[in-house]
Amino acid sequence: MNPTEVEQFLYHEARLLDTQQLEAWLELFTDDATYWVPLERNQQDPLETSSIIHDDRTLLELRVKQARHPRAHARQPLARTVHQVGNVMVSEEKAGDITVDSTLQLVEFRNEKQRLYGALVQHRLRRENGRFKIAHKRVDLVNSEGELDGIAVLF
Amino acid sequence: MAADERLAMLVQADRVHRSVYTDPAIFELEMERVFGRAWLVLGHESQAKHPGDYFTARMGREPVLVTRKDDGEIGVLVNRCAHRGAMVCAEGRGNAERFVCPYHGWSYDRGGALQAVPFAGGYEKGKLPAGLKVVPRVSVYRGFVFASLSSQGEDLETFLGPARASFDDFVDRAPGGELEVAGGVFKHAYDGNWKLMLENHLDGAHPAWVHASSVAVARGAPEPGKPGEEHYYDIAVRQMRQNGAPDSVWDAIGMWTTPYGHGYMGDYHDDSRLVAGLGNPVFEQYRRRLVAGVGEKEADRILRVTLWNTIIYPNCSFMSQFRQLRIVHPVAADRSVVHTYSFRMRDAPARMFRDTVAFANVVNGTGSWVLTDDLEVYERLQRGLSSGALDWVYVGRGHGRDVDEPDGTRRGSSGTSEVFIRAQFGAWLSYMSKP
Repeated sequence: MNPTEVEQFLYHEARLLDTQQLEAWLELFTDDATYWVPLERNQQDPLETSSIIHDDRTLLELRVKQARHPRAHARQPLARTVHQVGNVMVSEEKAGDITVDSTLQLVEFRNEKQRLYGALVQHRLRRENGRFKIAHKRVDLVNSEGELDGIAVLF
Repeated sequence: MAADERLAMLVQADRVHRSVYTDPAIFELEMERVFGRAWLVLGHESQAKHPGDYFTARMGREPVLVTRKDDGEIGVLVNRCAHRGAMVCAEGRGNAERFVCPYHGWSYDRGGALQAVPFAGGYEKGKLPAGLKVVPRVSVYRGFVFASLSSQGEDLETFLGPARASFDDFVDRAPGGELEVAGGVFKHAYDGNWKLMLENHLDGAHPAWVHASSVAVARGAPEPGKPGEEHYYDIAVRQMRQNGAPDSVWDAIGMWTTPYGHGYMGDYHDDSRLVAGLGNPVFEQYRRRLVAGVGEKEADRILRVTLWNTIIYPNCSFMSQFRQLRIVHPVAADRSVVHTYSFRMRDAPARMFRDTVAFANVVNGTGSWVLTDDLEVYERLQRGLSSGALDWVYVGRGHGRDVDEPDGTRRGSSGTSEVFIRAQFGAWLSYMSKP
């Protein structure tokens, strides 16, 4: 496995979000994928502690569909974003899955407001038909336990 | 014209003046006369179980400490050092023998009494303050902790009145009455007045519009599983779909208000539609535990209570059936912070709490499909209300058709009546008019 290939994949994912290709972004996820933005630092459990987002593939699809709905008040017009991915480290490869840690700085602009998010991100990538797919994505916002505006952006 | 007469002009039978949402001077007066007087919900006893346990809370803008004292009673102290005014405890919770100020080390016992002062020789004997300011009135109703910054006023039971039934429902549903705050605290903020949240939570006319996008996507989602064969996404899909109930459903639910501005609505769910609802094996297991404690007849009565949102004016909103409680903290006329808590029934099957967490994520979570659209609308309200082009806000839906009930409540003529907003402003004016 080539670290550059992994980096390029993460940049590609970020680019899809920043160019508002949300459906193409969704296709990066496996059918059994989970997308998790925990509420608490070091949160181990998504079922008995709340999460800012904890989606299976079905819910993630609903999230993308909602963003396209003309009366999605908090999401339309779609935010303009920059997803800045850094510190990419391939940390583990087992049973075909690769664990990748990275950092994310996200600048969001929508409806006269600019917001900045910082996060530690972990992907679990899996090869399907020679291409990477995201089996699990975890986004730990630095201020997940702070007082947040409503979050209507995809990390 | 006297200030009180001016206030009375702002709140009329079916309309209010926009300045009650936007004027900083009115906000300051609210902090003194509403939040400085009313009983405020601070939390739940389970957050401070043992002597020395404490958690930080706010009463309006005042930072306070809720403590379990050595005698086992709950006490509430203003979290401000009697010396130079620093917050003694950082935000959060813990257990302490003494509260020690980080600035000069003044320390206080669990009841707030001053214990030790470094460089004590520098002070005149007898001149030192007694301790942290003690919040004068504290009361607990079925485990929920209330306090008032005013030494005078009606007792808590009178204040709650018929709205006690909603807390009863919250607690009675738990086998053994055992409830605890669990599962993390969502904190969100919006650029809008604190009243906007309370005016939204009983509004059955808003979901079809505000939540149109989540209703639409949920309708297109895969069907929820049969009892015992649920998917993780079911509870989200069910709740989002339910927000799209036809107008006739919203009109048919009950809507009651009390003289203190509280309000509660009947349930618009058919229990079989929610996970852990009727026919679900986990729900059956839960029901059996409830029956074991209180008997078949009482369990049946408890499960037939149909209450959805309740507002305790001026700082709390909760859902007894899904065990969610929100506290609104006013920050400025145009800024509010909300803390959202989930509760676990200690002696119910674990799955029941998972449903509570899933429900919190989808409806009340900071990144949810539902809450985010509410917050967007609060901010648009605040921007619209900031315009001086128009003065009045119309709250007249159902006005003139409200029904006074024998138990002292006032019922809306339909479930979508704005009677609850009129009741909130009735209480507001009553607090604000007393010098």
